[in-house]
Amino acid sequence: MSVVAERKAKVQPRPVSWRRAARRNPVWRVVKRVGFYLLVAAIFVYALFPFYWVIRSAFTPEADLFVTPVRYIPVHPTFENFRLVLSSGDFQKALLNSTIVAGSVTLVALALGSFASYALGRIRFRGRSLMLYLMLSMTIFPQIAILGALYTMINRFHFYNSLRALVLSYMILVIPLTVWVLTSFMRALPRDLEEAAYIDGASPFQTFYRVVLPLVAPALVTTGMLAFIAAWNEFLFALSFTETPDKHTVPVAITSFTSGVGGTFQYPWGEVMAATLIVTVPLIALTLILQRRIVAGLTAGAVKG
Amino acid sequence: MGLTGALALVVSLAIAGAGSAGTAEPSTPAAVKPPPVAGAAAIKAKYGGQSITFVGDGAVGNSHVRDQNLVAQFSKQTGIKIKLVPHPADSSAAYSQLARNFSAHSSSIDVMMMDVVWPGAFAPYLVNLKPALGQQAKLHAAGIVLNDTVKGKLVAMPWFGDFGILYYRTDLLKKYGYSKPPTSWAQLGAMAKKIQDGEKASNPSFVGYVYQGNAYEGLTCDSLEWLASSGGGQFIDNGKVTINNPKAAAILNLQRSWVGNIVPSAVTTYQEEDARNAFDSGNAAFMRNWPYAYSASQTTPVKGKFAVTVLPHTGKSPSVGTVGGWQLGVSKYSKHVGAATEFVRWMTSPAVERYDAIFNANVPTIPAVATIPAVVKANPYLIPSIAKVTRVTRPARYLGPHYAQGSQDIYQGINQILNGKSAQSVLPTIASELNKLVKP
Amino acid sequence: MSASEATAPRRRVRRKRSSGLQRKQTRLAWLMLTPALLVVAFVAFYPLGQTIYQSFTDQQFLAFEPTKWVGLANYRRLIHDDAFRHSITVTVKFTLITVSFEFVLGLIIALVVNSSFKGRGVMRAVMLVPWAIPTVVSAQMWKWMYDPIFGPIDDAGVRLHILSHPVAWIAQSNTALWAVSAVDIWKTTPFVALLLLAGLQVIPHDLYEAAGVDGASKMHQFWRITLPLLRPAILVALIFRTLDALRVFDIFYVFFGSRSDTQTMSIVAQNTIVTEGNVGYGAAISVAIFLIIGIFVVIYTTFLRVQEQ
Repeated sequence: MSVVAERKAKVQPRPVSWRRAARRNPVWRVVKRVGFYLLVAAIFVYALFPFYWVIRSAFTPEADLFVTPVRYIPVHPTFENFRLVLSSGDFQKALLNSTIVAGSVTLVALALGSFASYALGRIRFRGRSLMLYLMLSMTIFPQIAILGALYTMINRFHFYNSLRALVLSYMILVIPLTVWVLTSFMRALPRDLEEAAYIDGASPFQTFYRVVLPLVAPALVTTGMLAFIAAWNEFLFALSFTETPDKHTVPVAITSFTSGVGGTFQYPWGEVMAATLIVTVPLIALTLILQRRIVAGLTAGAVKG
Repeated sequence: MGLTGALALVVSLAIAGAGSAGTAEPSTPAAVKPPPVAGAAAIKAKYGGQSITFVGDGAVGNSHVRDQNLVAQFSKQTGIKIKLVPHPADSSAAYSQLARNFSAHSSSIDVMMMDVVWPGAFAPYLVNLKPALGQQAKLHAAGIVLNDTVKGKLVAMPWFGDFGILYYRTDLLKKYGYSKPPTSWAQLGAMAKKIQDGEKASNPSFVGYVYQGNAYEGLTCDSLEWLASSGGGQFIDNGKVTINNPKAAAILNLQRSWVGNIVPSAVTTYQEEDARNAFDSGNAAFMRNWPYAYSASQTTPVKGKFAVTVLPHTGKSPSVGTVGGWQLGVSKYSKHVGAATEFVRWMTSPAVERYDAIFNANVPTIPAVATIPAVVKANPYLIPSIAKVTRVTRPARYLGPHYAQGSQDIYQGINQILNGKSAQSVLPTIASELNKLVKP
Repeated sequence: MSASEATAPRRRVRRKRSSGLQRKQTRLAWLMLTPALLVVAFVAFYPLGQTIYQSFTDQQFLAFEPTKWVGLANYRRLIHDDAFRHSITVTVKFTLITVSFEFVLGLIIALVVNSSFKGRGVMRAVMLVPWAIPTVVSAQMWKWMYDPIFGPIDDAGVRLHILSHPVAWIAQSNTALWAVSAVDIWKTTPFVALLLLAGLQVIPHDLYEAAGVDGASKMHQFWRITLPLLRPAILVALIFRTLDALRVFDIFYVFFGSRSDTQTMSIVAQNTIVTEGNVGYGAAISVAIFLIIGIFVVIYTTFLRVQEQ
């Protein structure tokens, strides 16, 4: 065990309780360890098996997808599904559209959200809680309820069938989340942070930008990721506010895959799975890179206020 | 209008007739071209230069190409400019798009493609096409035209139509000694049981019969077929709610008894593709589905081992198929009603239906077109018995804008029956709900 | 409570000392708050206002007659609406199941990724996968996986002798809610895990070192240091997960359609507005959903005591 515990044992020669004895018992430790690894393994399978299913299905020819008995490994792996997905410029356009929309929404939400959360989290003023709850309440209504009115608004601004409509409507969904997450992190920072900065002669903005913001970096990255993925996956507004395929985002594009001739009912699973892979893998890679940078930033930067 | 219409009709029939002779006209999907517009010169003189907007099929796939080809041909020949707007992929989004347009009395959409159950709801906003196209309508299947006639007005023209058919495994029928597919529901039950019992030994996932049993619109279609083919009425007949009757209860209870035995209990979650996957993977002896499944199944393990026929019936009632499919209508608020009507006339003419059937395997709504050899070649399920089957339609014209709600009452109730409740306990509730919605 | 909370006397001194500073601070606060507030208000004001207004009318989707004001009639109807009441039960049950599992699982995952556990790099990647798959795809895919005929779950279950025969998870009413919960837990645990991980990462390491020197066990450290400092992140995670769970729509709709025994509140709202075309009544349902969610938020903030002062 750790040095600390050993030292503890030497310093305190009390009668050993059964719990502590149990804890030091090697069998129990093995059981705990095995149990822990089993748990981790179970989580892995639960989280990953569906993704493996996506991969398996993306490489399986359409005709072989629903064959019984269930095949876990494609018998005739093929790239045909990927070829079909990428051959239509529509999907590529959709990828671009989704990136633009999700990216813009995330940037705006992070900017506005970090300002707002600094105010709500670091400055005490009357109406602070009210504003927090007000912002939350605006995001609580079911999407379907506000769809009609949003549609009217978007038409009035002539935003219909444009990406601007989506960026605008996603603000309702994303900003409250951003503000709440960042506020809670701002609040968790030490009280006297600003005092030290003021003593050093920093203006409020400099304090915000140079001192506070870097300290909530992990929260910023996290919120950014959550906002990005929320905007990326949104479906109802994207479906309702766009008309032509060149303005589709990825979820809408995926659901409008049709295959073959006259296929109104046919759902081309192979292509859908291939498209899912194409969409998910970069997202995961991006977040892996980002995550590594937060941890690096933290251990280097020091939260030693 | 009358003379031009009659002339156009004669010319289109002639073209259709020439098509059935078969030699000169190209008849493969790759080679077939949109037909010429009858009376194009006259139309050009009258409406040339006008612009109309046509909300057509979805934005992706062969259907879109078909629309583009047709629109291009019509524009070229008549000088009427057509803006093609694909409708949203999601059916209720498409409905909402039209509904919003009509509510706003907007003139931005002239011609639109409508699901077979929408004319009832949109009737007040649609032009009465009877004067202009009434003659041509007589060529189309009577059941569908009836569906599109609301309070005496022909508010839409049938464009293409699906209907339900029975798929069966020819190899399994032979293996278990059956020479013909079942003609009655009871027969279907018996055959399915025998085949399932035999096959289950080697294939534990095998089931006798699959269909669409999820709580959605498809169940309304399936159950309409059960009722109409067993003397149980068509939910609402002649404006009166008839769903609560003994024959309907009998056929529903029969279907209920099958769930969990020869029909998988998961059928209450099945939509079209789920049923097709079960059949295509070789795990079902019988399936009820739309014609699309015929060509879709050609790349699966059951290719060459299945055939189609009309759905079974009970006693003296006829075999039926519920109509799916699409209609074309003209908006009352359109600024170019004349041009729009000519476009609809051409699109629902036998020549264009022939083109649609060959190019995109769309089911023609004109029975005569369904017998053209080239069309049958592209749509092999159009055997004569199927081409002439009685088509029944869901009660959209009686429910009008309340159709979606009425259908929901129906499919929720029937889904409950399939999940175990007795028909006698559910039908009265459905009937009373429908009674609240039917307009006098 | 934060380790360096101000004590009462200091607070009083501060207030007396700098009311000018206080005013300047307040002005700064409102200045920084306004952009976000304005944007959200601009986008949300009209839709929310209209929804609330519509709930007092009998507006229809395809309106033939002019819309009438009906006062509280919609709400009175709502109280006697069995379908809606049943949907509240379904939705709340679903929320309780999913939020608890997601919280526990998310916490475990966050702890693992934050620790010096050997597999944590992989875990970090794994963690995001369910969240990254588009919702429209994952719901359909899980439905396929649950299928008794060609779904891998029943197939593997039967082959590994865990199940005696394929189970129709979705069709059977006793397994339906659990089947759909498993999918939601799978999909949104990453959300909770990410938030809790970020919360863990801002806890200073020297707190743990100091506790270790003082002889505190890992468990002790967890309950006394980690959990309290994590409280803000926990609160946010719980609130937003509960919010989303109470408004769940997609998964239930894909799995069950409009099946009467598994309708959630949002499905009832959607059916009312779109299928029945009854916009006014649907708006009343939406307001009711809003109030129900509000109750949950109040419960959370009361018990987890957001740092006020």
